[in-house]
Amino acid sequence: MYAYDKYDQAMVDARVEEFRDQAQRRLDGKLSEDQFKPLRLMNGLYLQLHAYMLRVAVPYGTLNSRQMHALADIADKYDRGYGHFTTRQNIQYNWIKLEDAGDILADLAAVEMHAIQTSGNCIRNISSDHFAGAAQDELVDPRPYAELLRQWSSFHPEFMYLPRKFKIAVIASDTDRAAMRLHDIGIQIVKNDAGELGASFYVGGGMGRTPMIAPNIREFVPLDQLITYSEACLRVYNRYGRRDNKYKARIKILVHELGAEEYTRQVEEEFAHLLGQGIEPPIAELGRIKTFFTDPEFADGAKTVDRSDPDFALWVDRNTHRHKHDSYVSAVISLKPVGGIPGDATAEQMHLMAQLARDYSFDELRVMHTQNIVLPHVRIEDLHALWTALDEAGLGTPNLDRIGDIIACPGLDYCSLANARSIPLAQKISQRFTANGKEDTLGELKLKISGCINACGHHHAGHIGILGVDKKGVENYQLLLGGSEAEDTSLAKITGPGFSEDGIVDAVETAADVYLSQREDGERFLDTYRRIGMAPFKEALYG
Amino acid sequence: MVDILRFRDDEAVDHAAVTVDSFVEQTNANAVRIEPSDDARDLIPHLAQIHLVEVNFPVFGDGRGYSAARILREAGYTGEIRAVGDVLVDQIGNMKRCGFDAFEPDAPLDPADVKAALNRWPEVYQESADSRTPIWNLRHE
Repeated sequence: MYAYDKYDQAMVDARVEEFRDQAQRRLDGKLSEDQFKPLRLMNGLYLQLHAYMLRVAVPYGTLNSRQMHALADIADKYDRGYGHFTTRQNIQYNWIKLEDAGDILADLAAVEMHAIQTSGNCIRNISSDHFAGAAQDELVDPRPYAELLRQWSSFHPEFMYLPRKFKIAVIASDTDRAAMRLHDIGIQIVKNDAGELGASFYVGGGMGRTPMIAPNIREFVPLDQLITYSEACLRVYNRYGRRDNKYKARIKILVHELGAEEYTRQVEEEFAHLLGQGIEPPIAELGRIKTFFTDPEFADGAKTVDRSDPDFALWVDRNTHRHKHDSYVSAVISLKPVGGIPGDATAEQMHLMAQLARDYSFDELRVMHTQNIVLPHVRIEDLHALWTALDEAGLGTPNLDRIGDIIACPGLDYCSLANARSIPLAQKISQRFTANGKEDTLGELKLKISGCINACGHHHAGHIGILGVDKKGVENYQLLLGGSEAEDTSLAKITGPGFSEDGIVDAVETAADVYLSQREDGERFLDTYRRIGMAPFKEALYG
Repeated sequence: MVDILRFRDDEAVDHAAVTVDSFVEQTNANAVRIEPSDDARDLIPHLAQIHLVEVNFPVFGDGRGYSAARILREAGYTGEIRAVGDVLVDQIGNMKRCGFDAFEPDAPLDPADVKAALNRWPEVYQESADSRTPIWNLRHE
């Protein structure tokens, strides 16, 4: 994985000093709260309902064991002994004191980590495929391109005060595991007819209150123009994105209002101009970065497991993913125990995951946008030992992509924007579907919960989505069906009037039952919904 | 405390800047003020006669002025580009990178804070309108 050189280290160290200085000037009264707010946000510090929240960047979701140990230490030292993995492959701490923030950033810098641009109206942490470098179906490892974009976007002087936040995802496989088309810019690394690698650009996707699927604006950008093209996309947005209304300020609104064709024309014009400005990094830099992402030394070994223990066999079937080397798999550690808080891990669990990564996965871990952790390169013959250790620590839940593998935002339990709680709902749903035994029969069913229309819980992209709203002072939950964040991206539709907290759990079960009674061979919930449409679900829910 | 910070040796323009609209009609003006919604590219045909471009920041969170400055530098403009308005010490480093070489903030800046802000970054990651060499070029020299 990528390692800092003296330049990268000097930059994060300078950032720590800058933040300490800014925090001191805030305390001295030289900076007003309004002036300080965007500065602390660009260092990941939010003021939430009960305390400050710190969001730490995990670039393209990749971590080593030393970094994971450091994250655990921060949870112990500065928080309440746990952290929360997020849908942007980051980690958040919910109980931070402002006066500790500088020291935390220094602890992070010591392990080549930071909280730079994890919030604010700037380019955020670049996300990627959590199976990058391991998946059997990828063209190349997408992370070197994400790393190049990380460097370009870090402290970019022109793009620190964009109309709104800006999220970029990079994938390199036709299977989309990063919700690429629901990003401000989604990039797929592709090969053209001449066999050259390039970047296909999708611009103007997003969730939030106006969900949109990004259109493709250019099928092939040569790799030695990747940064220049990105800069053109951003400059057009910075100049013409709406600033009169924060709810209409994301690039998706600009692309929608101009039309993809006109936006593309403006980008191409800016791109033609910028090509003459010499802003592209030397192509040797991409070569240098790629040397950090070469394959570890895989060794041949067993290709199957002993299935005599049914619990182990179930976990292998559910929670492992095909690897490009046939003696390995990628193993998913579920952070969704039944009745638990999606994405939370204790410091002890983080230490254990770090140790297991060292023992079994070439010292590497990934954060998934679905709030789980991946050990990307596990020898099939080590799986039983790995599973045994995970299971003992409460990390062996076999529910990847099942109804219990819920994405949920922090909701009204933590977030100052939320209208409703998300976490208790996730807990009730996972308990209900375990108790009634239906999780097993339902198969793949992605359920996502947001506690307000900002959609941090990705409810638009859930096979089943739940949106919490405030109805005359009472929490109310809308049900949505038919979303997908995968390569068949679609936006979920609202079924009808909302439900109470208990009513929504019943409604989810009713929708699941419609699927179970109507499904044809091999159909997932989403496939059945797409075939039969909303009507049978509405009938069962409201009829 | 200072009122105008200039990083140029030439004489400052001593009269008020005009709006882009009146500039385009008024052939003898040499100082012009850009508002966030103005298109800096409208000035490009006239750059030879311009000595000062003021870029107004009514609120520091509106970042359009950063693009305006870079566009003028990319077009070869060598006169003064002055950031005026809600210009704060934590933004001037990036403004300088985008081609600003003078600052006229609404509220005066502490010179010690200015010095710290402008010397903050040992290197830079990306190309901009200043003369600094990006890290990715330093790595492959």
